[in-house]
Amino acid sequence: MDPLALTLIELGAVVFCLGLLARLAGRIGMSPIPLYLVGGLAFGAGGVVKLEGMQEFAHLSGEIGVILLLLMLGLEYTAAELFTGLRRSWQAGVLDLVLNFVPGAALAFLLGWGLVGAMVMGGVTYISSSGIAAKVITDLGRIGNRETPVVLSILVFEDLAMALYLPILTATLSGVSFLGGLTTVGISLAVVTLVLVVALRHGHHVSKAVHSENSEVFLLNLLGAALLVAGVASAMQVSAAVGAFMLGIAISGATAHSATRILEPLRDLFAAIFFVAFGLNTDPSSIPPVLGWALILAVVTAATKMVTGIWAAKRAGIARPGRFRAGAALIARGEFSIVIAGLAVASGVVPDELAAMATAYVLLMAIIGPLAARYVEPAVKAFPWPVRVAPQT
Amino acid sequence: MNVDETDLPGLGRRKDFMTASGRRIGVVELREGQTELIVSTWDDPDTCQASIPLTGDEAATLGNLLGGQHLAMKLSEEHREIPGIVTRQFSIAADSPFQNQPMGKACIRTRCGVSIVAIMREGEVVPSPGPDLVLHTGDLLVAVGTQEGLDAAADILRNG
Repeated sequence: MDPLALTLIELGAVVFCLGLLARLAGRIGMSPIPLYLVGGLAFGAGGVVKLEGMQEFAHLSGEIGVILLLLMLGLEYTAAELFTGLRRSWQAGVLDLVLNFVPGAALAFLLGWGLVGAMVMGGVTYISSSGIAAKVITDLGRIGNRETPVVLSILVFEDLAMALYLPILTATLSGVSFLGGLTTVGISLAVVTLVLVVALRHGHHVSKAVHSENSEVFLLNLLGAALLVAGVASAMQVSAAVGAFMLGIAISGATAHSATRILEPLRDLFAAIFFVAFGLNTDPSSIPPVLGWALILAVVTAATKMVTGIWAAKRAGIARPGRFRAGAALIARGEFSIVIAGLAVASGVVPDELAAMATAYVLLMAIIGPLAARYVEPAVKAFPWPVRVAPQT
Repeated sequence: MNVDETDLPGLGRRKDFMTASGRRIGVVELREGQTELIVSTWDDPDTCQASIPLTGDEAATLGNLLGGQHLAMKLSEEHREIPGIVTRQFSIAADSPFQNQPMGKACIRTRCGVSIVAIMREGEVVPSPGPDLVLHTGDLLVAVGTQEGLDAAADILRNG
């Protein structure tokens, strides 16, 4: 068959299947990400059907998907919100980082994946899925709840931490020397700080530069700027994704709102292809051997997120049910864990089992997270807490 | 009254306060421009029993109802000394013959001896409105008069 025809047929079939999966996810009220991963597993290396024609396209689209995911993450927050979030929740953010990075890193050492593997797995278990968390909070009608700002500020902190973590990860993966690594981290720190300050003071200039009343012009401006910034950042070894994230933060106000609206369908398409592409490159037969470890990791890191949320909510003066709700809302891992694992797999310096482990882990957490958030409240209320009796005098 | 304002990064802003009965009540202004009315449950002020999405019109109407109630309560308090004087509120329905007409056209004071002392519009009070003031759908008229006069005024505002 004509290679072009083959590619089109494969791509069409895959995207169509993704549509069906997304509809199924919507019907049962869960995030479509785990289903996309499963879809990718079924089609790719060692899966039911082998797709050769679309590998190249899937790879590039996946990269664009990551850039769009991070760009939209940046658009979601203004620089001012990032600063207030940081001030309000840095203690909780640090606790979150320590408690949730360590289990992943420890497991990587245990399995002999070395320092690089530990860096990657730590990131995978650290970062909650802000997409799933926001959906859970909205779906369960918890926007007005008192613990919600606590959860959101932890997510903000994680996203900022990611802006520092990704360049470090990129440097580690490319195997640069310790000194070279330090330089990269220094550059990225300087860039991140600079962008935040510029965004806070002169965000409207950046917004003005890309804004247009014509939605076609606006879309092309946005996409062009995002790819350009991501490319330049990548050339400077700062990680393409971070460049896009920073651009998103610099765009603010009304421009950010319309940008979100205009980019959403593109992000949905390319991010879906990214998840499939990740699944495509993972051999399903490599999952069962790591499933046991993934389960243990899932249980441990669900507990550590729970502790983080409970501690942070307690500090904010929230009663017991609210503390548990906050903890459970943070459990879900999703898109960004896969972004991190995807970077690692693309560099080729981590063992194949890592991809399998990340897939299994995210599959588990994307399902456990929303379920935990939904059922934690009745569970807490039903639990026979010891009643504290006032001492008799 | 102390209204707490809290940023919800990525979602919007919450404004709420604690009522004397121990319930938290307020609104969430979402990024996309919608407003949600939130009411906490009685046993856990951290959580919400209801979050009700409101359109702009609905939010303004609710504001009028609450504000009008407050105004009417104050007026009734002041008129308590005078027997036979009652305060009542009339809203201008979409099918009222006087919507988009100056209020003077209804001749309420001449025809039934009722005074319109204030109008609640989009959550704001328009005190002592003059006859040239144009009425809009959703306006809440606060009227003072006798029981019979107010009945007559209600009929005029509804049927012309």
